[in-house]
Amino acid sequence: MTAMVKAEGVHKSFGAVQVLKGIDLEVAPREVFCLIGPSGSGKSTFLRCINHLEKINSGRLYVDGELVGYRQKGDKLYELKDREVAAKRRDIGMVFQRFNLFPHMTAVENVMEAPVQVKGESKAVARERALKLLDRVGLSDKAGNYPSQLSGGQQQRVAIARALAMEPKLMLFDEPTSALDPELVGDVLDVMRGLAEDGTTMVALTHAMGFAREVGDSVVFMDDGVVVESGHPREVLTNPRHERTKSFLSKVL
Amino acid sequence: MTVEIDKAGPKDAPPPRAPETIKAIPVRHYGRWVAAVVVIALLASLVYAFSQGKVNWGAIPDYFFNDEILKGVGKTVWITIAAMALGVVLGVILAVMRLSKNPVTAAIAWGYIWFFRGTPVYVQLLLWFNLGLIFDYINLGPIYQDEWSDFMTPFLAALLGLGLNEAAYMAEICRAGIQAVDEGQTEAAHALGMSHAKTLRRVVLPQAMRVIVPPTGNEFINMLKTTSLVIAVQYWDLLQAAQEIGQNSGAPAEMLFLAAAWYLILTSVLSVGQFYLERYYARGSSRSLPKTPFQRIRANLFSFSNRSAGGVGTS
Repeated sequence: MTAMVKAEGVHKSFGAVQVLKGIDLEVAPREVFCLIGPSGSGKSTFLRCINHLEKINSGRLYVDGELVGYRQKGDKLYELKDREVAAKRRDIGMVFQRFNLFPHMTAVENVMEAPVQVKGESKAVARERALKLLDRVGLSDKAGNYPSQLSGGQQQRVAIARALAMEPKLMLFDEPTSALDPELVGDVLDVMRGLAEDGTTMVALTHAMGFAREVGDSVVFMDDGVVVESGHPREVLTNPRHERTKSFLSKVL
Repeated sequence: MTVEIDKAGPKDAPPPRAPETIKAIPVRHYGRWVAAVVVIALLASLVYAFSQGKVNWGAIPDYFFNDEILKGVGKTVWITIAAMALGVVLGVILAVMRLSKNPVTAAIAWGYIWFFRGTPVYVQLLLWFNLGLIFDYINLGPIYQDEWSDFMTPFLAALLGLGLNEAAYMAEICRAGIQAVDEGQTEAAHALGMSHAKTLRRVVLPQAMRVIVPPTGNEFINMLKTTSLVIAVQYWDLLQAAQEIGQNSGAPAEMLFLAAAWYLILTSVLSVGQFYLERYYARGSSRSLPKTPFQRIRANLFSFSNRSAGGVGTS
């Protein structure tokens, strides 16, 4: 079975600063893969590399068996055209820490936007599907509201519905609950739990250790641009082997 | 819900007593009274001065709807719209050029803005008008050939002088608007698989408009007033009409009052239009209600000539 995401020695630097120092990992299809680690550990950068919002400097990164951002012919790499990069991103949903909903569109318009504009779906079909997705995230009554009229938790659930509207084979979550008030976190995690149960492949950066423990199939602890420890959530979160993992967990748990 | 609660409450319980309203002596702002009296006195003396002046007030209503004046108003509005249209279209193109990753187009856009924003619009108008001293003919190959004096009419000189100058300002306004849109918006659109062009058109520009529209409204109002400079290229407008009538009827100052009144009416109308445009582009983003048209006109009347930017010498 092809891995959904496969990283081999992925390096990334911003100028002189090395952010990723050789990441090797694999995410299987239908797996819920949780990335944890302190801020500045490079986990967010790694996530953004997966859909080519950032270019990696060395190593290889594959999504569903295909190289991210490049085409290989013989031993030469060719950069993909913008259009080809965009085409690949359609299959990867992304949810951001700051939601990034389009503020000039209502909730349902946000969800419809990509299917209509990118896939060329008819508005009627897209709207119907969008309403179903909003219902799935528990917001069927907020379809006509603008993002500024929604709470953070509601906005994030619309953002998840927006990503799902493209029927992605992989979902990326960039600390989806970090910008939320504590009492709103649960709603968003419930939606993510539902996705996991439906077999969606997910890579989630999260500080919600409870979610990682209950829903995650594997957990990777990153620090300072390297993978320190990985394994089943029960092992990593309850019996960490490395000192750095232990000290990090003692602070967040 | 509230009905339920009311029913549940004890029926014969006395209604809760409202806490006593505070009755305190308000702070007296004597300074405000003094300031108001001083300002009113100054205003009254100004009105008195004008009432003593030899102003033939009757001449203003007599000529207010004079055919020549109305024709001048039409010409002024026409050149304003034409020059603004040229400025906006060229401005958007220049803004996109300046933000593009192509260093050549970016540098050329920069140079254009540098020149047209850095020289007075009056000088630019005179330059267009006097290009005939350098060129005898215009020769665009098979497309167009003519004698320069036939080609560069007063209208074309006014259009180019005002419009090309305006484009430099509009370019900066558009650039600021595009750059004001949060980068997360572009990322979200890209993550959904949208192309650069779609992202710009569907996500970035609609949000940039909120930043672009208010200063563009100002530019429009300002352009209307700047058109009074087109006398430099012998374009015949409202001010020209008023001055001609003034000289023939022996009431030159009165006709300038009349022209000023017409300019005020036109800028006020534009302000109302600006209000509705702004409210349209504010949808989904503003929680507080925008000002009413009345408040806006009033604000504009009071800040009528406070623009002093770059190339505009007289406002």
